Amino acid sequence: MPVYQLEINDQTFNVEADRDTPLMWVLRDQLNLVGTKYGCGIGQCGSCTVHIDGIATKSCLLQVSQLQGMKITTIEGLSKEGLHPVQEAWKEIDVPQCGYCQTGQIMTATSFLKNNPKPTDSEIRNAMQTNICRCAAYNSIEKAVKVAAKKLS
Amino acid sequence: MKTKQVNKSRRDFLRTSVLASGGMIIGFNLFNACKPDVKPPIDLSLLDYNDFNAFIKISDDGKVTIFSPNPEIGQGVKTSMPMLIAEELDVAWKDVNVVQGVLDTKNYTRQVAGGSQSIRQGWEPLRQTGATARQMLVNAAAAKWNIDPSECTTKEGIIKNSNGDKLGYGEVVKEAALLEVPENVKLKDPEDFKIIGQDISNVDIDKIITGKPLFGLDYKVDGMLYASVLRPPAFGQKLGSFDDTNTRAVNGVQDVIKFGEKIAVLATNTWSAMKGKKALKAEWIEDSKPENTKFHDEKLLGLLDGSSFETLRKDGDVKNAFSEADFVLERTYESPFLPHNCLEPMNFFANVTADKIDLVGPIQTPAGTAYGVAQMLGRNMDEVNLQMTRMGGGFGRRLYGDFAMEAAEVSHLAKKPVQVIFSREDDMEDGIYRPAIKYRIAASVKDGKMTGYHLKEAAINSNMYGLIPNFFPAGAIDNYQVDVANYKSNITTGAWRAPYTNFLASAEQSFFDELAEAMQVDRIQLHLDLLQNVKGTTDDRIQYSPERLEGVIKLAVEKSNWGKTKDGIYQGFAVYYCHNSHVAEVVDLEMQNGFPIIKKVTCAVDCGIVVNPLGARNQAQGGVLDGIGHMMYGELTFADGMPQSNNFDTYQLIRINQTPQVDVHFVESDMEPTGLGEPTLPPVGGAIANAIYAATKKRIYKQPFINNLELEALKL
Repeated sequence: MPVYQLEINDQTFNVEADRDTPLMWVLRDQLNLVGTKYGCGIGQCGSCTVHIDGIATKSCLLQVSQLQGMKITTIEGLSKEGLHPVQEAWKEIDVPQCGYCQTGQIMTATSFLKNNPKPTDSEIRNAMQTNICRCAAYNSIEKAVKVAAKKLS
Repeated sequence: MKTKQVNKSRRDFLRTSVLASGGMIIGFNLFNACKPDVKPPIDLSLLDYNDFNAFIKISDDGKVTIFSPNPEIGQGVKTSMPMLIAEELDVAWKDVNVVQGVLDTKNYTRQVAGGSQSIRQGWEPLRQTGATARQMLVNAAAAKWNIDPSECTTKEGIIKNSNGDKLGYGEVVKEAALLEVPENVKLKDPEDFKIIGQDISNVDIDKIITGKPLFGLDYKVDGMLYASVLRPPAFGQKLGSFDDTNTRAVNGVQDVIKFGEKIAVLATNTWSAMKGKKALKAEWIEDSKPENTKFHDEKLLGLLDGSSFETLRKDGDVKNAFSEADFVLERTYESPFLPHNCLEPMNFFANVTADKIDLVGPIQTPAGTAYGVAQMLGRNMDEVNLQMTRMGGGFGRRLYGDFAMEAAEVSHLAKKPVQVIFSREDDMEDGIYRPAIKYRIAASVKDGKMTGYHLKEAAINSNMYGLIPNFFPAGAIDNYQVDVANYKSNITTGAWRAPYTNFLASAEQSFFDELAEAMQVDRIQLHLDLLQNVKGTTDDRIQYSPERLEGVIKLAVEKSNWGKTKDGIYQGFAVYYCHNSHVAEVVDLEMQNGFPIIKKVTCAVDCGIVVNPLGARNQAQGGVLDGIGHMMYGELTFADGMPQSNNFDTYQLIRINQTPQVDVHFVESDMEPTGLGEPTLPPVGGAIANAIYAATKKRIYKQPFINNLELEALKL
């Protein structure tokens, strides 16, 4: 099997995998970065969202062979020390019910707020619709993104 | 062996001892504690620590750890149940650490977490447990001070006496652990609650938001293989021959194992297992006739037209009432199969060895599942260890342990630790679905009064059971009858969030809206008038309280500005009782291009004392939005026995841009707490349908509503 060099959370990993292996499974099965969740495998639910060069991307759709030279950030690497302001907002609002989708939600929100620090309500709803929350904690997610935007500004 | 008389006193449920590492541990069996009326399965006097599944540990520094065995599926009990203990133990919540305990399934087989019952059943016994522990600590301090325990008070883990002396819990644990367990300890007056009623954050919040391993799919051990299972693609099929040549050529695939009608592909990683499964070539043989949605529709309508009903409740004579009526309104309501779609697909870990069986994963029924595995493999229950993980959703699907049984069987055959993982496609295609159900509801009216009500249900496999016909409007109408009929299908069905009522409430509450209009009476007043008939009833089968339903109706009307909204906003109302809670909801919507945009939902809830308002609001909002999503979009159809959707590209779950704000209002109450994981879901369908009618003058009788709207956009 080929070996790929991946830069994840500012660390370099050499990963042996078939070229079509989705990044999501490399993270979860090989690197033990299980904060990136499997939900659908077809880019519909957003549970596996990571940042590629700072942009929220679904890691189930990325093949391990496509990622050389790119900077990958997972939930585990979102903040070097303590919690990222988006995570703090999630905690403050107590967003999670079952909690399974929330790392993906946080990764989407973080990337979105970086590009749009003062979003309107409809921009928030538009941006966050890439992520499904089966418990439908959507009112809390919306509130938490607003709180996070305030924290970041 | 002689059986000893079992004395079910409180002290049998508690054991204390000093820990070698310092501190005191109090053991109890949470499932017995929560169900004091359940006959203990074994002689409690012979219990040792192995028989307890919940523990309170108080260390020398006064820190409290509560090991909670309850399945946590997102309903918040891992937070709220320990709150009940901590309240009566009288410690500061910040000093409490909650840890998911390992479940000991050795002696117990009644451990079901479902039906929104955890808090309701745990309310008194869990507080008793905390209060008993507190009393032991107080008794130990009093003995040290040589005073009567009644002279002591406690606050946040500190015991004080009238001289101003203080002792921390940690300073008396060694002595307390050796004392006799007191009985009938007094509980706090609700006015003195310091933790119950406060907004308490989810105990797992830090782990969840930083992505720490918590869920079933996050569990792994060295040498574990990932198993992807090929199951019959259609209901009614069994396995014929298969060819695994291509599968075995996939990198990472270690083994291919046939078991029953299924084939497991075992690999060193999930992707290889999934790829290996796709590479399998299998032939399937028809075992029973494959069914499709049109066939189900015809069967169920045929049942409603026929006479093969079982009557679950009959008051008076509906036939007679109908024949004497000024008019009879009859309507039919239809709903499809629904998959659960927990976001964490079904999965389980099993390691079956000669000495023992380790099972780890997300399950709502740990004991039943452990028992099932032991039976299947011909092993003793005491060889089975089952550890529960946090669950990425349950919604009823994880009441069924089919995936754990698969894991155990595959591990047994492979002689390796194995994690069975359903792909999303497996999860949706191999479900235990909410059955397709149809209702026919008829009501008679004479001289402006409702005189009869006849509810008929036709369901795939089974749905309504004996208790449901005693919900509203039972008792309010003299002539009342509930009949059920089933078609036995080869498609597997089971409980889905708010089982039995998730569509019934929508159907009945749509019907009442239409009936009120036909009677030319106010729809709210019709409910209030009917509830008057139930007040003071001596019929002890009636499950709901007319006063509490009236309370939530009035609260919803007030908070929603019912009837006083601005132009272009249309309102729909619904009220329902289930899971021991009373809920009324008002939907505000506006129409855009013939499409209803739900702007707001006002949700009035009477669930007694609200233990954790923060968690409670989350549950209530989630239930409403889940209900909106499934009523609007949820539908699983079948062709040739095969589900026609298998992932989120062809099955729509509600997303954030489709959700309104849900305003939740709790009735202030000093009544015991009741269920909250489910009861806000059932009424919302009716409220939406009624609001759509208010806007369009068109009634919707069929779920999903999206397929039954006359969309302007589609006419273009």
